[in-house]
Amino acid sequence: MSRLEDYRSIVGGDTLEELRVLGRSLAGRTVLNVNSTAVGGGVAEILSWMVPQLNELGVETRWDVIQGGEDFYQVTKMIHNALHGAPVDIPPESFRLYEDTLDQNMGRLALDADIVFVHDPQPAGLVKCRWKKKNRWLWRCHIDLSHPQPAVWRFLKPAVEQFDACVISAPAFAQALAIPQILAAPSIDPFSEKNRELAEPEVRSILDRLGVPADKPLVTQISRFDRLKDPVGVIEAFRKVKPFVKARLLLAGGSADDDPEGAQVLAEVRELAKGDPDILVLNLPPTSHLEINAIQRASAVILQKSLREGFGLTVTEALWKGKPVIASAVGGIPLQITHEHSGALVHTVDGAAWWLKRLLNEPGYAKKLGEAGREHVRQNFLLTRHLRDYLLAFHFLYNPDADIIRLG
Amino acid sequence: MNGASRPFRFFTRLTLTVATGQKAATPVQLLDGLKYQPDSVIYHHTHRFLWQHQHLVPEPPNDFAHWVTHVLQEERLGEKLAAVDTVRFSSLGDLRRSLAGAVEDHLKESARSRAAAEGKEFHFLRAVKFSVPTPHSARTLDEFADGLKKVSISSLYLHVFEARLRNPGGENDFSLWLDQLGLKGLAEAVAALDPYTQTLEGLRRDILRFIAEVK
Repeated sequence: MSRLEDYRSIVGGDTLEELRVLGRSLAGRTVLNVNSTAVGGGVAEILSWMVPQLNELGVETRWDVIQGGEDFYQVTKMIHNALHGAPVDIPPESFRLYEDTLDQNMGRLALDADIVFVHDPQPAGLVKCRWKKKNRWLWRCHIDLSHPQPAVWRFLKPAVEQFDACVISAPAFAQALAIPQILAAPSIDPFSEKNRELAEPEVRSILDRLGVPADKPLVTQISRFDRLKDPVGVIEAFRKVKPFVKARLLLAGGSADDDPEGAQVLAEVRELAKGDPDILVLNLPPTSHLEINAIQRASAVILQKSLREGFGLTVTEALWKGKPVIASAVGGIPLQITHEHSGALVHTVDGAAWWLKRLLNEPGYAKKLGEAGREHVRQNFLLTRHLRDYLLAFHFLYNPDADIIRLG
Repeated sequence: MNGASRPFRFFTRLTLTVATGQKAATPVQLLDGLKYQPDSVIYHHTHRFLWQHQHLVPEPPNDFAHWVTHVLQEERLGEKLAAVDTVRFSSLGDLRRSLAGAVEDHLKESARSRAAAEGKEFHFLRAVKFSVPTPHSARTLDEFADGLKKVSISSLYLHVFEARLRNPGGENDFSLWLDQLGLKGLAEAVAALDPYTQTLEGLRRDILRFIAEVK
């Protein structure tokens, strides 16, 4: 785990100074994070850096995990899927099991910190005990709430509205709620295996090991083999420009072994690429962070031609490496790319092809887009900004109606 | 040159974005929002690019123009909204009236207008502003230059861009203080800089260069 001071070389001393002022202004307040798992998954990953860094900033912060049986987690998985819009039918006894399990946790957890920061729907029902306490409650929802299944949302919404505020990842996830909905985008850690600087020989040796030749500029899409990531559209776009440019396409993605549809998509992509030495398909294990880092750094242009997307952290990672990115204008991608300023936003295979040809033929312009993209990520999507948003959110809980909050 | 009677205290501006939960799908609904949403919403959608994309020159236009052009594909209206030059306004009320006026004119000229597809609506967001002190303050020009080198670009944003909405004459904070210090020429030179045609880092370099020239 990197210490905050390690980020000075990337974000500058002024950003660290701002974080310290925000932390000092909260001195004496305690924060308790509650989620449903200590390891695995994005939330546990965020909490594992956030908790020590808040403590480093002088905000006394703890992290507790709720306990529940397998049947409880089956229910919360159904709730999770239904909030994503999946047509799941949840029987009334499952909702009762959810409430009973959280009632038991209320007796077990010390929910008396000044700020109780609850992550995702699994522990959200704990909020009903807040009225016996005089503290502030904040709910962090990492889920795309834009199309929740109505029956499940009707069950969860009364609990959500007992919080003082909630935090969501994108404007489209906002719902009609009686509490403020704070926006905080996800972030990447510039020191993680997937994002840390790599020397050129290290990049080359990893690509050699993966069997990716260096004789032509590399055009890459990194993503799961999933129809929503449109790998077929990527191949179609590449084939449209191939007669006019010297380049090789690499589609690299996570393992699809446990996902029958993923395996099918991978097979279709391999079939489509068969016999073409300029299209490479790599099925990487889920731990291939360093390999993905090296592939992104070796690329001339990076594509993310998704049909639907959450925030699109693969785009953030590509931009952070200073690469020109061509990506679909879906999900959180337009928050990351301003068209023609820090990358290209496209809607069709033809649009992707046109931009691919342009960026391969105009390396100077491509470089400029990449530099602007990296700077945009540096200022808006690194872990320090994420930490700052949470500190500001904590302050906001004590001044929810103010337009200007003066600290210090 | 004597020190100033009041030291210049560098602050920085941080913002937290809060969704109102309200959205617009048509120019009529957008106009409604432009007229009735609070100032903190108008501020967010017109100033966001200045702090989020400050490294880009020219900076992208306001969110309203961007949505009308790229989502509604109403290019004439988009162009009119983009031409409303945020930074020339010294009050959010005037800026709001100008933006609303552009949409009203469009609605008079155009019998029918397009609606955004589901999921592409304009979401009204508000900015909660935080004034955060920095450890830097100045009583002399040397101390001012030293502080200017160290503060974040959010601090420059606060003292140069946002000061125009706050100070009665639309001046930036630096020029006001330099004038009090008796450095009228330098104050005027800083006031004459066009902060909208360069990055905040470029602006910092220019001000430091002017200071070096008078020293």
